[in-house]
Amino acid sequence: MDTAVTAKKKWWAGGYSPFNVSYGKLMMWYFLMSDAFTFGALLIAYGTIRFSSPSWPDPNEVFKSFPGMGHAELPLMFVSLMTFILIMSSVTMVLAVHAGHMRDRKAVAKWLLLTIIGGFAFLSCQAWEWTHLFHEGAWWGRNPFVNADGTQASTNFTNFFFTITGFHGLHVTSGVILNIVILANVLKGTYDQRGHYEMVEKVGLYWHFVDLVWVFVFTCFYLL
Amino acid sequence: MEHTHTAAGHETAHVDSSTKTIWRTFWILLCITLVEVGLAFLHLEYGFLPRVVLNAIFVGLTVVKAFYIVAEFMHLGHEIKNLIMTILIPLLLFIWFIIAFLYEGDSWKNMRKDLKPGTPVETPKVGPAVKPGHV
Repeated sequence: MDTAVTAKKKWWAGGYSPFNVSYGKLMMWYFLMSDAFTFGALLIAYGTIRFSSPSWPDPNEVFKSFPGMGHAELPLMFVSLMTFILIMSSVTMVLAVHAGHMRDRKAVAKWLLLTIIGGFAFLSCQAWEWTHLFHEGAWWGRNPFVNADGTQASTNFTNFFFTITGFHGLHVTSGVILNIVILANVLKGTYDQRGHYEMVEKVGLYWHFVDLVWVFVFTCFYLL
Repeated sequence: MEHTHTAAGHETAHVDSSTKTIWRTFWILLCITLVEVGLAFLHLEYGFLPRVVLNAIFVGLTVVKAFYIVAEFMHLGHEIKNLIMTILIPLLLFIWFIIAFLYEGDSWKNMRKDLKPGTPVETPKVGPAVKPGHV
């Protein structure tokens, strides 16, 4: 984006976008800001309840399984893989945006496709994790895990876990759908006709935001 | 919006064709995640670092990761200052939200503990206002 804002340029005098971005991109930013407050509210509610509880389940005891590894205790390994997948798909997305600046249709399509595959990989991982926890007896309203100090845990732990990772997974799902729509347009040549690939940037912003939220979910549920 | 001039159609002329900063950001994010997981394992295996210090490090590193995603991947660091401020200043509310709500949660925990049925009632301590000699 053109950032050469000289002192003489009158951004607020009309004729120019005052923030040097298009309307759509600006509104995407404001939407993401409101979405940040939604996720923030959920995570702060989780924090409040956790602070008000005398004890809480140890995440390293709950999230210790890995597909195909049986009962081996591997805390953090699976969620690290999920984090890696999401960061990687963020990189392929930013490369797609970059290729869009070059108006390189083939490269945009390639990187977008890889982003979509990354999104599906993440969702598959989450589906496995949810299924695994479900079979261990965890669900909304059911919590088979005990607190770190050995006392009986309330269902707050599972309720917050499934609600927040579920809400995040829903965002990933809609992100994947948006990416597929944009990929179809790229392949059709819509953005070549339009003269720019800004739609790729807009869905890119959304996709990075999903990655950003995961960074916080990862910390709040698995590390702390 | 037809007459609004945006950079979208005019930027191809001077676009940096290298992807160096993208990959640099990727390695930074990956390394921070590996450090976090590594510290968590050191704590699990050897009890390295007290829990409070570890949590402070995790929160700090999370904020660093968030900065790199927003500034580089979402390109906010390269937008003009007014736009950055309209995004960041409202988010400052989070500082107060977090302090207020966590304080509230902690207060509830203490009340539940102190006011549980069967807890012996503490005799109220005599405050400094009714100290003998000052009456």
